[in-house]
Amino acid sequence: MDGPVRVKTLKIDDRDVSGREDETILQVARQNGIFIPTLCFLEGLTPIGACRLCLVEVKGVSRLLPACVTRVEEGMEVYTQTERLQKYRRMVLELLFSERNHICSVCVVNGHCELQSMAQILGMTHVSVPYRFPRLPVDASHERFVVDHNRCILCTRCVRVCDEIEGAHTWDVMGRGIDCRVITDLNQPWGESETCTTCGKCVNVCPTGALFEKGRPVSERMKRRRFLPYLTMMREERR
Amino acid sequence: MAQTVTIDPITRIEGHAKITIHLDDQGIVRDARLHITQFRGFEKLCEGRRFTEMPALTARICGICPVSHLIASGKACDALLAVRIPETAEKLRRILNLAQIVQSHALSFFHLSSPDFLLGMDADPAKRNLVGVIQTNPQMARDGIRLRQFGQQIIEWLAGKRIHPSWIVPGGVAQPLSPEKREQMLAGIPEAIDITQRAIEWFRSIIPQFSEEAQTFANFPSLFLGLVTETGALEHYDGVLRVVDSAGNVIADKLDPNDYQEYIGEAVEPWTYLKFPYYKPIGYPEGIYRVGPLARLNLIDRCGTPLADEAWAEFRLLERGAVLSSFYYHYARLIEILYALERIQQLLNEPDILDTHVQAMAGPNRSEGIGVAEAPRGTLIHHYRIDKDGLITWANLIIATGHNNLAMNRGILQAAKHFIKGDRIQEGMLNRVEAVIRCFDPCLSCSTHAVGQMPLHIQLLSPTGEVLDEVRR
Repeated sequence: MDGPVRVKTLKIDDRDVSGREDETILQVARQNGIFIPTLCFLEGLTPIGACRLCLVEVKGVSRLLPACVTRVEEGMEVYTQTERLQKYRRMVLELLFSERNHICSVCVVNGHCELQSMAQILGMTHVSVPYRFPRLPVDASHERFVVDHNRCILCTRCVRVCDEIEGAHTWDVMGRGIDCRVITDLNQPWGESETCTTCGKCVNVCPTGALFEKGRPVSERMKRRRFLPYLTMMREERR
Repeated sequence: MAQTVTIDPITRIEGHAKITIHLDDQGIVRDARLHITQFRGFEKLCEGRRFTEMPALTARICGICPVSHLIASGKACDALLAVRIPETAEKLRRILNLAQIVQSHALSFFHLSSPDFLLGMDADPAKRNLVGVIQTNPQMARDGIRLRQFGQQIIEWLAGKRIHPSWIVPGGVAQPLSPEKREQMLAGIPEAIDITQRAIEWFRSIIPQFSEEAQTFANFPSLFLGLVTETGALEHYDGVLRVVDSAGNVIADKLDPNDYQEYIGEAVEPWTYLKFPYYKPIGYPEGIYRVGPLARLNLIDRCGTPLADEAWAEFRLLERGAVLSSFYYHYARLIEILYALERIQQLLNEPDILDTHVQAMAGPNRSEGIGVAEAPRGTLIHHYRIDKDGLITWANLIIATGHNNLAMNRGILQAAKHFIKGDRIQEGMLNRVEAVIRCFDPCLSCSTHAVGQMPLHIQLLSPTGEVLDEVRR
């Protein structure tokens, strides 16, 4: 980048904070120990602002802004925990839960699931919209891994990690709206994918039980994600 | 005029059911039926899921006996993997299954049925519950709670949690037993054995007061079916199936549980959601058989542990041949608790019980797997088929309560004929009809219900469906 990086000063929840001009509200908030919920965001992957859980209010801006993709600006006044935001965040979760079949009690990641913990943290006690109970397939054709579309929230972490970190781009997204689904290669069974390197990164970044490793029973799946910041850091140093 | 008496819902059982009693023009009981009014559909909703999820998925069938489903499902999955699990894993599973029998039998005897014995069949329904037991005989209430707690505690120590643990996995168990937990379990056993022996003594002492009930509570000839060891001792985890007749003669022995479809058929009736399994060589409905504690004690040549063997010998003196009255299910339950505690003690003292190799690793190797075990209420069968990726394509589950369906129906008819005469329905009579069902300790649902909270709704109906009389409590 040309020229020196400038520092911006701003307020988050009435606290004076500062960040580099190329940093997002989420990054600056986390550096200062201010909690903003996220689901599709994962340190080390390009943020896409898809899940809308990190929405924040900025004084003077009428619409809500996703903290993971909004850069900090001088004099900004950001609010992360207003009643309106909490209501919207719970609604986002309710819609996610109602869209597919999230049956925690028999899920492979019960107790280690980001969607489940987010519901607990944000106080989502019930789902006020009707469940859709779609009939979705489970693809267990891969030698080591399974994709259960019933548990997928379309965060696309798998798509991004496969493309940006592994470089295989096995995963992609198909269809629109309610028919949207993650696919391997050209919507082939995962076991028949020619590009998949069986590295397992997608399984480890998946926030729910949509992607899991065979051989581990219910609530035994712990996701290992520490590799991601290391890999990103090593690559940047080599450039 | 012909009438129908309805008991809906039945109280102090696990699940939802109602009884209808059909009277003829003279007010004489013509027929009686047990309707299971809930429908779950688990076999269908398992389809398309991976077989490794089956233990956890089917455990959700029940909150009282999730362990039994875990055991049968785990065994069916072992068959899909085509492995023999490590010896220690098998012993640990056995301990879990026995602990489940202790807690479930204690629940049935002390929490659900003891109010009938202690306060009498005719006592005020408002007092005839666990609270009434606490007021009348606090020692017994404490004993019951303590015993059930001990069973549940072993489950938690072994499997991590009391209800719906996910510790049983295809190929074995998830974690080995720690030396500290082993010591804690061993330390609790003497007190539990004392409690059980006290209860057995007490039950023996009250048998004379309930001779009328013993004679009329599902007391009829039938076959008995269940697992026994190769040498004819009591068995709850593995072994072979044996069938005895009402005289106590073994009519089929060493049946391979994997061939269950050859000798167990399932009939369907339009008025209940529960199917009617029957013994195929004899046919439907004559092939009526009973499973569970009473059946198991009728099948065996001995229990296999010293104290239980003594109690069993005395139990078998009740009747010549097989013990036929279902009233003695309660007695059989206590003897099984004693056996389970002694057996847990033996298993915990095995030299390899702390071994850390407890899971065999393999992928799906066979397309079909059957797992059979003895649940507290009787023989439990899980049967799965999978595709090449290990996804379930078909599942069949035969739950212990199902086996007893024919016997429960015949039992309530017998009790209704004896205790209900004319169009006057008295509280104690209806309770006796319900108590017949309680003998079998049917597990109809997925959760424990609050004791004594369920209202009893009885309707007296004319043939046209008009409500002639109504009682609520």
